[in-house]
Amino acid sequence: MLRIDTLRVGAQPPISFEVAPGACVGVEGPSGSGKTRLLRAIADLDEAEGYVYLDGEERGEMPAPAWRRRVRYVSAEPAWWADTPRAHMPRAARLDGMAAALGLDPDILDRPVAHLSTGERQRLGLMRALADEPVALLLDEPTSALDAAAAATVEGLIQVALRAGRIVVLVSHDQGLIERLAGQRIALAAPAAERAA
Amino acid sequence: MSPVETLAWGDLAAAALLLGINGAISLAFGLRLEASLAIAAVRMIVQLSAVGLVLKFVFAQTSPLWTLGLAVAMAMVAGLELISRQDRRFKTWLTYGLGSGTLLVVGALGTLYATAIVIGPSPWYAARYVVPILGMVLGNALTSASLVLQTLNDAAERDRGVIENRLALGATRYAAFGTILARALRTAMTPLLNAMSVTGVVALPGMMTGQILAGSDPSGAAHYQIMIMFLLSGASGLGALLAGLLGVALLTDGRHRLRLAG
Repeated sequence: MLRIDTLRVGAQPPISFEVAPGACVGVEGPSGSGKTRLLRAIADLDEAEGYVYLDGEERGEMPAPAWRRRVRYVSAEPAWWADTPRAHMPRAARLDGMAAALGLDPDILDRPVAHLSTGERQRLGLMRALADEPVALLLDEPTSALDAAAAATVEGLIQVALRAGRIVVLVSHDQGLIERLAGQRIALAAPAAERAA
Repeated sequence: MSPVETLAWGDLAAAALLLGINGAISLAFGLRLEASLAIAAVRMIVQLSAVGLVLKFVFAQTSPLWTLGLAVAMAMVAGLELISRQDRRFKTWLTYGLGSGTLLVVGALGTLYATAIVIGPSPWYAARYVVPILGMVLGNALTSASLVLQTLNDAAERDRGVIENRLALGATRYAAFGTILARALRTAMTPLLNAMSVTGVVALPGMMTGQILAGSDPSGAAHYQIMIMFLLSGASGLGALLAGLLGVALLTDGRHRLRLAG
């Protein structure tokens, strides 16, 4: 159970919600409303007032790296620091199967990152985030760079993760994706400047 | 040892005539550097004369406290220089304190090792040995620490995505900076590596030249220089490492979050 308790992000009123294992919460709101900031605050990548609990443990009770191994923020544009995708992933993980599920040729893991397309990199970024099996996934626009077919494979992988009992918080502009995956939705209001205008 | 020719003020005046070359160039090409040249030359004369007097005084004292005081003052000045070479983000009292402290630690370790263990003068804390060696150690540690901080700061900005991704994947701040820190350390260690490769071929190091001019046997001076090069390598490596760890700590917070604001 991931429990967000009066978390303050930007100009939003305090945000509270719960996500059970195997459930997905969709976060919606116009650009600039703080969707990414909310996910980053949950992962403790940005400072934020309020509390976040995973199975009863508050984020401040454990070292931040341990928290982020359980509560994983996945950005829309993954960054790479080694030559091949495989060098970024844990050795023990069953990567080939995951690559196939995402519609990727397993050879791609050993190709230079610089030669991969944006869409391939985005799917490999999701793989990298899933490989060490975090408890909760905070997905920030996981299909933004993908065509319909590739987006469907990502949706399938998220469903597999949900069936395995993972917790998912999903930010997406794709209404259909949120409708199909999320049992619950959180709406963030437009930023104050926009409301005034 | 052969007697050393001392320089009288008249001799220095003769040497100062050479500055006329630069003055003439400035006038002929309209560089407008005449005033700057004069000020720089006067500063140089005043600073070096003052240092000469200070050292003469400190060397004449028997209490090592004078040497210690001078050493702390030198580290503090080096700390100021370290900060002045940095981007706005590192221009804080905190960085100054930690930077000066780092340089003082490296300077003390390097100098102690050189005087107490390698050279072994009597007493080991003789100011005549401690002060010049500390000066060289501080200068080199300053250069490498400064390079590491600059490289880290630039890279943190440019490779922000990589650092953030690695943090999100559960890396500690030091692991998240891993490749960037390695690159910064390499950058900082390169100048001394190059210096060791060309020293004695392209130019004679200043200290060796000084010893020879002061009447030392050239191969004795070479031995001294070899010792100094090893000492400076160690000092610049240690300075780079400490500055690297310090830099990562300053660019992040206790919750392993990247802090680039401000």
